[in-house]
Amino acid sequence: MLDTPIHLEYTFTPGIAQSRFLRGLAEGRFVGQRCPVCGKVYIPSRGSCPVDGVPTGEDVALSDTGIVTTYCVVNVPFAGQAIEIPYIAAQVLLDGANISFMGLIQGIPATDVRMGMRVQAVWVEPDELGPTLASVKYFTPTGEPDAPYETFEEYL
Amino acid sequence: MSPAPRARRPVAVVSFAQAHNVRREDERNEVEMLMPVVAEVFANIGITKDDVGFICSGSTDYLVGGPFSFVTALDAVGVWPPRPESHVEMDGAWALYEAWVLLQEGEVDAALVYSFGRSSPGNLAEIMALQLDPYTLAPLWPDPVSLAALQARALIDAGRATEADFAAVAARNRKAALANPKAQVAHDRTVEELLGEEYVVAPLRRHALPPITDGAAAVVLAAGDTARRWCERPAWITGIDHRIETHAPGARDLTTSPSTALAAERAGVGDGPVDLAEVHAPFASQEGIVLEALGLGGNGGAGGAGAGSNGSNGSNGSNGSNGSNGSNGSLVVNPSGGALAANPIMTAGLARIGEAATRIWSGDSNRAVAHATSGPCLQQNLVCVLDAAWEGA
Amino acid sequence: MADRCAVIGVGQTHLKAKREDVSIPGLVREAAQRALADAELTFADIDAVVIGKAPDMFEGVMMPELSLAAALGAVGKPMMRVHTAGSVGGSTALVAAHLISSGIHRRVLTVAYEKQSDSDAMWALSVPQPFAAPLLAGAGGYFAPHIRAYMRRSGAPEHIGRMVAVKDRRNALKNPYAHLHLEDIDMKMVEESIMLWDPLRYLEACPSSDGAAAMVLAAADAVSGSYPPAWVHGMAMRSEPTMFAGRDQVNPQAGRDCAADVYRQAGITDPRADLDMAEVYVPFSWYEPMWLENLGFCPEGEGWKLTESGATALDGDIPWNASGGVLSSNPIGASGMLRFLEAAMQVRSQAGEHQVEGARRALGHAYGGGSQFFAMWVVGSDKP
Repeated sequence: MLDTPIHLEYTFTPGIAQSRFLRGLAEGRFVGQRCPVCGKVYIPSRGSCPVDGVPTGEDVALSDTGIVTTYCVVNVPFAGQAIEIPYIAAQVLLDGANISFMGLIQGIPATDVRMGMRVQAVWVEPDELGPTLASVKYFTPTGEPDAPYETFEEYL
Repeated sequence: MSPAPRARRPVAVVSFAQAHNVRREDERNEVEMLMPVVAEVFANIGITKDDVGFICSGSTDYLVGGPFSFVTALDAVGVWPPRPESHVEMDGAWALYEAWVLLQEGEVDAALVYSFGRSSPGNLAEIMALQLDPYTLAPLWPDPVSLAALQARALIDAGRATEADFAAVAARNRKAALANPKAQVAHDRTVEELLGEEYVVAPLRRHALPPITDGAAAVVLAAGDTARRWCERPAWITGIDHRIETHAPGARDLTTSPSTALAAERAGVGDGPVDLAEVHAPFASQEGIVLEALGLGGNGGAGGAGAGSNGSNGSNGSNGSNGSNGSNGSLVVNPSGGALAANPIMTAGLARIGEAATRIWSGDSNRAVAHATSGPCLQQNLVCVLDAAWEGA
Repeated sequence: MADRCAVIGVGQTHLKAKREDVSIPGLVREAAQRALADAELTFADIDAVVIGKAPDMFEGVMMPELSLAAALGAVGKPMMRVHTAGSVGGSTALVAAHLISSGIHRRVLTVAYEKQSDSDAMWALSVPQPFAAPLLAGAGGYFAPHIRAYMRRSGAPEHIGRMVAVKDRRNALKNPYAHLHLEDIDMKMVEESIMLWDPLRYLEACPSSDGAAAMVLAAADAVSGSYPPAWVHGMAMRSEPTMFAGRDQVNPQAGRDCAADVYRQAGITDPRADLDMAEVYVPFSWYEPMWLENLGFCPEGEGWKLTESGATALDGDIPWNASGGVLSSNPIGASGMLRFLEAAMQVRSQAGEHQVEGARRALGHAYGGGSQFFAMWVVGSDKP
């Protein structure tokens, strides 16, 4: 066996819609986009409504609170991992959004995380904010009562 | 080997759309590039995604720099409710082939085919080297320009072409591109001017190279009466075939393209007169090889309307015509400007079929040949014959 | 009207963590030659080659079919390369089958492979992209939350996943090609294995394998070989978007639609009764009960009861993954084709020790992406 390392560099283009989302993060807020056909709010939007295939043009400011719809506890180490194991990888559904995205949960023992748990984003220091998801350190429980299962069942 | 496959169900190209070919899409991601193209290919003929029963796309992850790039691209179509859908890690011309095969069976009457290729995010010369044999070639990182230069050198050494031939091909394609609003490179320059350019890799000068392009394209295929309903003069696919050669450039006669010749034979190129060809020859030195293999070479400088004609169509004038093209000499080659005007990887082949079809719709062509290529030095080739008439239809 | 398509040759390599004894061309050729030998044919008898694999980055070779043309006898022939994520092995077989059923070709060789040991698949799946979330969870991290959602929705008890993990590994002991041969596998061993992505334990997840699978497909007038052909009774593909508002990721619509289409073609109204066995893509143990429901083998919410009852065991009334399945061997790009191939082997009565007695009709299934791409076929020993 012979190793032949391959190194390639790429310049990524997030796209128009995702750029708005990223600029929002740099200001410490979540910006989603609404589909003009079905009215659903996507965050982050890749630029289109995956159901209708049309541009999601309208920006929607979302709060930084939401719920954990479902989650797992990551115990497996792998190359490039940014976080010490074990940690909670959760699907977070922000209030006002119609789609969840994967987020890190901290500030609570892994064994205490629940489906339906209310969480809020913890942002980095204002001078550290940037157009990157790293602007959100993690999500942490708000202490509010859990959302009833029926209210988020359709997002699983 | 089985007898030559022949189309038994009439299937036609009925709509085509493409993005503006540009050096670099700075703002839009793949989904945002594709969305207007898909919208346009439907709007052209007044249909929606609900009118197609199959979707097939062509693209490659290495251009984008991440796995599963075709997955997010699907969001440009909106595959809901769920659709029969497939993807080839090949030029979109082969996605069109897959869709055509399915349409032959009769359960589905129309299909959307699309492809996208962004060459700008990475270093294209390095990326394309990864297409080569991983044991013997890729570790040497040969770039596509150098490989094409080897091929061009073989042509010259065999006395089959000159640098002036390459310049003539480039001049004609880019002059034709002036009439193509989606072209990336278009200008009217003389062969003498072009021959004054520096070599990039001898014997190829700047003009013999394709541009580096970000682009996307889409086609709608429809069968029988559906095609006639959506299109006044459908471009019927009377034959389509593709063939591959061995990979190693050293194991092939690079001055010929036997896979193109075989595909052309199987697709029935020689069964009737051809008045237009859209060939996917990224390097100016390759156009003559392809035309000869298609049986369309040796027509001298007879190129007619549209493309303009300031040089021989093929660079192999000494080979003589094989006669399949008739003797009226009315062949137009690459009225779009071909891959020398815009070369979005994974898309340029599909665009050749779309460009040829538009000339059938407009009445400028009655019987056209479109060609797509893949791999180093024309390793794999697809030939598609488009006809304004479907015999017996 | 489509022509009839038959599987007349099957071949697979031994599936292992690392096949350092062969190159990539050597690996695919090994499977192809076994399939040809089974059909009593040579490369010269083949009209076209269709090859599939998962992302090119798994081996670091872009469009590898170009450099594999000679090894697969494809020179001078049409060669296609399919990539539909994890379902690719299945969809590759379907693209090949359509070349027959469309009447275009009479004999087609189809091959799928992965040589994961040549690269780092986990790395390839997690290429750090600047705008993506910094939280990298790997494939299991993607699916584990959906498994949790299934458990919550169905009320399934925890031991169901472990049962599947044990059943499929015991089946693999009867399959000489399978990667994992865990002689001592039992519930306790699974329970004591490390928790990777809670609720998913190490032994409830698939291994990472090198390997290739190949089949020779033929038109009705081109059937050859000593074993009877497996006839294709139905085939279908379906895709849906990765994510959209209100998407059911536990029981995806695309899977249900794909199954309905393939059953319609095959004339199947009750899959549990009408099929004799199924080879279904189950990379994580919990996907057996999830897919039992998705594929209509039982009402929604009751998949785990079917598993618990032993119905899907090799001696049950509807064996699932008699070969040991993806849980026992996972050469990613070939995993889907192996499901299609094993289904064909069963109805040709050539599965040896893991043969389901009297199997005459079987389902082959593959899925990929975020449970969004589906490919299926039903094969039978009777010519339809």
